[in-house]
Amino acid sequence: MTIGLEHFLTVSALVFCIGLAIALSKRNAIGVLMGVELMLNAVNVTLVAFSRFSISERPITGQTFAVFILTVAAAEAAVALALAVSVYRNRETVDVDQINLLRS
Amino acid sequence: MEGGGVVFAFYVLSAVTLVAAGGVMMSRNLLHAVLFLILTFVGIAGFFVLLSADFIAMAQVIIYVGAIAVLVLFAILLTPRSGRDNGETKFAAPAMLLAVCLAAIFLFVIHDTAWQTNDAVPQDLSAAALGRALLDTWVLPFELASVLLTAALVGAIMLTRSPEEEAEDALV
Repeated sequence: MTIGLEHFLTVSALVFCIGLAIALSKRNAIGVLMGVELMLNAVNVTLVAFSRFSISERPITGQTFAVFILTVAAAEAAVALALAVSVYRNRETVDVDQINLLRS
Repeated sequence: MEGGGVVFAFYVLSAVTLVAAGGVMMSRNLLHAVLFLILTFVGIAGFFVLLSADFIAMAQVIIYVGAIAVLVLFAILLTPRSGRDNGETKFAAPAMLLAVCLAAIFLFVIHDTAWQTNDAVPQDLSAAALGRALLDTWVLPFELASVLLTAALVGAIMLTRSPEEEAEDALV
């Protein structure tokens, strides 16, 4: 029995889809952010798996992409959670159903 | 990848990661969801170790488990009156349907494609090679990432300042 590229891609696709379902369906804004973090992580697994099983001469490139995704995910989490705290300070809620100031 | 240890580790890590990701979806309490999220991150760090990406695995543990999870916990604790409920909106059913359809497409493509893979571990997959690649080929994106991190830092501080602090600054 061997573990190949397909196994890692399968797990990361499933984690991505669970993250997508969370991001689209949760009512709490912080719950939505958790889904987004799961999706970014799943993509990282895909990139590192491609780098490990790559036939290219420079397989390290896949890991480089993963490093950049880690960086952007950290920046995104910091700003998005700051936004959630800021919205809470003004509206006393982070429920995405009730944040509808722009609705006419 | 051959070997009973690798196969065993892969299936254990898959079970832990997928069950924990499902726990983030299912748990009714937001704090429990964060704990499941941390478990998912640890499982994914295990995958990185299995894929011989040691630096990414350490960065995953430090950044995700150490920093982002704590940030999410702090955000939950700083929004106390909005409740700890982790419920769904009325879009839960279409969201699940979309996720299941997307998963079906992904799984079909993954298992239908004839991947050209190299099963031997590539030679230059070390942290040293990663550092050389970052500061050689990818030096411009690397610098842009540092600018992005600075902008995110300043933006997060500006967004979370209270009205009193801003009033104090206006007087000076």
